[in-house]
Amino acid sequence: MLNIKNLHVKLEEEDKQILKGVNLSLEPGKVHAIMGPNGSGKSTLSYVLSGKGGYEVTEGAAQLEGVDILDMEAEERAAAGLFLAFQYPVEIPGVGNMTFLRTAVNAQRKLRSEEEMSAGEFLKVVRAKAKDLKIDAEMLKRSVNVGFSGGEKKRNEILQMAMLEPKMCILDETDSGLDVDAMKLVSQGVNALRDENRTFLVITHYQRLLDHIKPDVVHIMANGRIIKTGGPELALEVEQNGYADLLEEIA
Amino acid sequence: MAAPSQQKVNTRALCDAPLIESSGVWSKEARMMASARAQASGLPQRRDEYWKYTRPDAFVHADVTLQASQRSSLGLFDQRATISVAFEDGQIQAAALPSAAHCTLESLSSASGLDLHWARDIYGHLEAAGQKPVQRSLAAVNTAVAREGLLVNVTGAVAAPIHIQATSSGQSDSTIHHVIKVAPGAEVTVIETGQYGARSNIVLEVDVADGGRFQHIRVQDGNERHMLTHIFGKIGAEAVFKTFTLTAGGQLTRNECVLQLLGDDASVSVAGACLGDGDFHHDDTVFITHDAVNCESRQVFKKVLRNGAVGVFQGKILVKAGAQKTDGYQISQSLLLDDDSQFLAKPELEIYADDVACSHGSTSGAIDVQALFYLRSRGVPEAKAIDLLTLSFVAEAIEEIEDSDLAQDILDHLTNTMSAQ
Repeated sequence: MLNIKNLHVKLEEEDKQILKGVNLSLEPGKVHAIMGPNGSGKSTLSYVLSGKGGYEVTEGAAQLEGVDILDMEAEERAAAGLFLAFQYPVEIPGVGNMTFLRTAVNAQRKLRSEEEMSAGEFLKVVRAKAKDLKIDAEMLKRSVNVGFSGGEKKRNEILQMAMLEPKMCILDETDSGLDVDAMKLVSQGVNALRDENRTFLVITHYQRLLDHIKPDVVHIMANGRIIKTGGPELALEVEQNGYADLLEEIA
Repeated sequence: MAAPSQQKVNTRALCDAPLIESSGVWSKEARMMASARAQASGLPQRRDEYWKYTRPDAFVHADVTLQASQRSSLGLFDQRATISVAFEDGQIQAAALPSAAHCTLESLSSASGLDLHWARDIYGHLEAAGQKPVQRSLAAVNTAVAREGLLVNVTGAVAAPIHIQATSSGQSDSTIHHVIKVAPGAEVTVIETGQYGARSNIVLEVDVADGGRFQHIRVQDGNERHMLTHIFGKIGAEAVFKTFTLTAGGQLTRNECVLQLLGDDASVSVAGACLGDGDFHHDDTVFITHDAVNCESRQVFKKVLRNGAVGVFQGKILVKAGAQKTDGYQISQSLLLDDDSQFLAKPELEIYADDVACSHGSTSGAIDVQALFYLRSRGVPEAKAIDLLTLSFVAEAIEEIEDSDLAQDILDHLTNTMSAQ
């Protein structure tokens, strides 16, 4: 699904190397988790893959289903099937959540030369998906993320994911700012989307999210590289011992 | 260097003999007095502080023979039931104006010839009151020579909005003077769309009596035009006055709004949004005087500027001694879509009472890159994402519109205007 080869990335504005040769191969249907200490480059990886400005790829490549994505615009990557659930979803006052969702769904369809979704069909689909995430009509009507609690913002991210039906989903610290109930709800939303053709990359600091979204593979990232890859037990090891032991192992 | 002809008002124009002769007693008196006011103060000059950011000669010497540009607001509000009044090149286009319950509609051209008229207590009087502390001689010129306008006497709650639709062939130089009188407890909404002329000087005098409600929504369009508008409002106790202007074209627009809160517990809102692209100069100049207790005033202005467009805001809140419990709010913001555009703002507060809350703010900014990335990461192309963020930026001004249907119409119109660009 997503292949990242020897990815080197620096900040555009300053001479600071963030990613120093990331290699990852994510197969269809799998859930991969990336854990790592602060500043290891996890969020940068998610931003570079989804097309945020301010970074410069100095070496390496990333391919989505065999197609290079690093030269694409952010919207083209989205239309190609990539989705980033933001750690801090952005508030957009004055733009209704429904308007935003419908614009996004139809913009992607247009980019893929598909027929746009009619207003009626869209309404039917969004209502059903919103219900599963306990998002009420009021939340759909309000401005995008404005006045939403931390949990509501993350549920709204998952609703967008459910509506856009991406192939490759990157979740950037989706558990941050969530209480236990909200984490369950969000995880249920993610789990409902798991299928053999969809891949997840879950970035998190804590093992507890992975109790709800069970990963197939766990990677540890430090200092701009993947330093260790293993099964779900690797996450438990980190939970118990922290990163210090792992960092020493490779030092 | 100013030419000598700019110093003096063209007195021949102000002693328009046929106009004065055909005027009835009430309007003749108002016109003569306005003519004297205009001649005493002279035309505004570039060095005038009140015209610091907008060149008055750009209006005074504007070309009035430009070809008309397309109206973008055509069809706007068509799906709403309105009381429609059409102006074409400054003339009301109907032998008989529509009639509606709880109000009478008349044309200035016909009422002007009468000896006596209800408008005599307002016509030119609110404009004259608005000449202090800053002279607005072009408004006085308007009172002196305006040949047309709509006179509305509102005596109860008018069910549908009165919709003034102006069109121009482009060869016109229009001077229009509207008068609206809202009786105690009466209510009316007035909508103005289109362009009156290649150059237009528009005055709107509104007298809202105690407990009255006046809502005004204006859409200014047309590309090749120069427009100067003045709203003079006198607001009584517990009355509500709201005006919103959307400007989506025009080389020069200066909208002045001069309001006096004279009765306790009244509230006013003056809001505007503009989309400026290229040869576009847009000036909002507002002066709100609080002269009563426990009144609220709001000024909310949002300007989106690109390709060298210029936005100006001069807004003042004057709180007179004794106007305690005043709640004044003023925000003016610009969204600069490139480095060539500029926003010039002069917010002012002058307060002589000690128990008041007044806040003001002014900002200039570019598109929020984080929000832009958020939208694009969802598949929204950059241009469309910028449109959405532009809508987001102007939303606070549109929210000042009380009627949610009309606000939605404005929002839809904005969306369509942007996607057409």
